[in-house]
Amino acid sequence: MSPEEFPEEERWVDDEAGPVVRPYVMTYGRTQPTRGRFDLISLVVSIRRPPAAEAGLHPEHIKIIRLCRDPMSVAEIAAHLDLPAGTIRVLIGDLLDRRYVEVQAPPAPRPNMHDEQLYKAVLDGLRAL
Amino acid sequence: MDSGRSDGASKRRKMPTAVKVLIAGGFGAGKTTMVGAVSETKPLRTEEILTDQGVGIDDLSGVEAKDTTTVAMDFGRITISDDYVLYLFGTPGQRRFWFVWDELSLGALGAVVLADTRRLADCFPSVDYFERRGTPFIVAVNCFEGARRFELDEVRMALKINEEIPMLLCDARKRNSGKQVLITLVQHAMATNAKKRAEGATAH
Repeated sequence: MSPEEFPEEERWVDDEAGPVVRPYVMTYGRTQPTRGRFDLISLVVSIRRPPAAEAGLHPEHIKIIRLCRDPMSVAEIAAHLDLPAGTIRVLIGDLLDRRYVEVQAPPAPRPNMHDEQLYKAVLDGLRAL
Repeated sequence: MDSGRSDGASKRRKMPTAVKVLIAGGFGAGKTTMVGAVSETKPLRTEEILTDQGVGIDDLSGVEAKDTTTVAMDFGRITISDDYVLYLFGTPGQRRFWFVWDELSLGALGAVVLADTRRLADCFPSVDYFERRGTPFIVAVNCFEGARRFELDEVRMALKINEEIPMLLCDARKRNSGKQVLITLVQHAMATNAKKRAEGATAH
């Protein structure tokens, strides 16, 4: 189901729709993003200015574009927008499709396969805290 | 995967690398306290909604009747440098949410199991989980006021923790203590990683 099938005047996205229903309405009932499943620490960064308004984009989409001027993880975006991570993943998928953001997955999703340099950098950083 | 670099993003902006560490342990062991003490902001909270898809894989007794269940996770961020960002995730309640644990531990540098000496048995499931999964972990014994002071050796015996696993006392409320715990973990993870690599090299 594409967002375009929904006319603009459908205003189901108000707060009155309730906290449970709302995330699903915002994603037009989708629970999976258009591509892949973003990790909670996948980093999102905006690559162009948010539009004033754009068909198919909700205020939450715009908020994400604004929030991600500096790279921010999926988990942080979810926390800041107070929405479930699954909802945020769908919205990020939309923004990726429309080339508003870029997403970088975390390195090597296998345990014990990180390179030496990564450990050293993290250690140095922690010691300097 | 490196989708950022593949389509020329690096020319516009260099993205840092995100890594994560898990803070596990029983209810009330001080997970969120430690996340908050060492993070640069107060702990944030994110929720995962588990649908039917996630149910039934493991022991999810008690939730079969529900279509969805929500799991909240507290987490924090430490900006290590321009190149690295470290996220600390407090793992959600044990047993019912292995599905979320699997996702959280995927690619994690390692895990801290926080032990509360008043309820030592509460951290058994976490220790078991990381042992089975092969995630590098250490045990940090949170020293609560009024709790009996245990010797680390006593705790090690009670939890049947292998000698190779570092253990230390900590105060989850203190930034410096949490920092020391994280340093111990990353050193241990680095050594474990080096050892596995060496083993892998000799196997060929």
